[in-house]
Amino acid sequence: MSNRRIYMDNAATTPVRPEVVEAMLPFFTENFGNSSSVHAFGRNAQQALIDARATMAELLGCTPNEIYFTSCGTESDNWAIRGTATRLRNKGNHIITSSIEHPAVLNTCKQLEAEGWKVTYLPVDKYGIVSPEDLEKAITDETVLVTIMWANNEIGTVQPIQELAKIAHDHGVLFHTDAVQAAGAINIKVKEVGVDMLSISGHKFNAPKGIGCLYIRKGVRIDNIIYGGHQERGHRPGTENMPYIVGMATALKLAYEEMDAKTEHLTKLRNHIMDRITAEIPYCFINGHREQRLPNNVNVSFEYIEGESILLFMDAKGFALSSGSACTSASLDPSHVLLATGLLHEQAHGSIRISLGRDNTMEEADYLVDSLKEVVAKLRAMSPLFNK
Amino acid sequence: MIYSEKVMDHFMNPRNVGEIENPSGVGYVGNPKCGDIMQMFIKVENDIIVDAKFKTFGCGAAIASSSMATELIIGKSIDEAMALSNKAVVDALDGLPPTKVHCSVLAEDAIERAVFDYRKKMGLLSQQEIEETQARFDAEDASDEDHGVELDA
Repeated sequence: MSNRRIYMDNAATTPVRPEVVEAMLPFFTENFGNSSSVHAFGRNAQQALIDARATMAELLGCTPNEIYFTSCGTESDNWAIRGTATRLRNKGNHIITSSIEHPAVLNTCKQLEAEGWKVTYLPVDKYGIVSPEDLEKAITDETVLVTIMWANNEIGTVQPIQELAKIAHDHGVLFHTDAVQAAGAINIKVKEVGVDMLSISGHKFNAPKGIGCLYIRKGVRIDNIIYGGHQERGHRPGTENMPYIVGMATALKLAYEEMDAKTEHLTKLRNHIMDRITAEIPYCFINGHREQRLPNNVNVSFEYIEGESILLFMDAKGFALSSGSACTSASLDPSHVLLATGLLHEQAHGSIRISLGRDNTMEEADYLVDSLKEVVAKLRAMSPLFNK
Repeated sequence: MIYSEKVMDHFMNPRNVGEIENPSGVGYVGNPKCGDIMQMFIKVENDIIVDAKFKTFGCGAAIASSSMATELIIGKSIDEAMALSNKAVVDALDGLPPTKVHCSVLAEDAIERAVFDYRKKMGLLSQQEIEETQARFDAEDASDEDHGVELDA
């Protein structure tokens, strides 16, 4: 057992940065007011809410009135999809998504299917990219929404969002994107890419878990999924979670300020890891696209061995990684994303995801590859499938 | 998900990994699609299993179950080994998470198949027994249900 602890599972969640904690703390204690109150405590909270919303809007390139705070990325996805579907029920009953979405999108679509909507799940190519032609062909007179993720959580593939959004708009269809993995990693400017709705989750970019937001373009009307008071202009009721809202705005600001340097650092580590793994470990391959991918994501399949075993041995060496193996899920089915890219079940079982963070170093990247070499060889020696 | 210390010990330091040269019997169970394959080798002398080794493709629980199963059958008679249940493997490992119990079933099946292979080679089974047992194994392989694996519809 190693005493080192090296966190490379940032696609799962990230630590809250000290600067973010610092910014949040006053809103638990002295500035605890409810922004709806008329007194000084309320006014303080209201000012902080206005400031946080303005910060988010400026970073994402929209107006403050287009930002709606939610409890998480999953809520944002649910709201965007269900809210659009019910609002436009009289216009049509067809939704288009991709086959590699996060469960927050996939299972919302499946539930709507059970309630009578029609859903098309677009295939992806071997890199995990949705074809704009496929989208164009799938749109019908009944289509009311296209929802396609900006960047994939497992294989890091980045979609041609601008092009996909334009196709939807050319047919008069709204476009939503789950940008949970992209936010903080990619310089998102919502007006430039032309999406109508965009979901974000704070804990993927060093804010706490339990806060998210949905951008809704001015002029787009969707139904509420929660009913209550007047908060978020009545569209998302519930007393604002002030410490977390301030924390998310602070974290996103830091992410945008440091984006160029962080992207350069992570891309260098990512490419180094991919190059070394493919050069030094036989019978393995990289999942996802070589360039069209998040700067911090490496996903690799090792043939003849199983992912959970790799994770456990790597954990013993101090590494926190994740896997597309069925054995890490309750369902025993391997990753739907990897299967959608055309992998065989056994190849999906043998996959691992490395998602780097700002604190990872080149020394850690080398230690990772050295450790993987050892673990993969050890497991292959045990595998009845490996006879090389 | 948390594994017991016993499971982690048998996973990190598996006993009896490898193959036996000229084995008395070999059992092979599982398929790569499901993510678990176990291969069990036994050496039998005077109706006693004097050695057992395994090779496994699978998760931590699958490797630990294989390791524990070999320990449980070495020194046992053929009949005792055949009586070993997956529950005995789970108990010896101080439990498995519910989604991993199928790994212990795989170990039980691998032993049964190794013993079948031994008995077949030794001429201890009638042609009818061989055919019936083989048909049952084939059906198990085709269904995968015995291992609790849910395949795509």
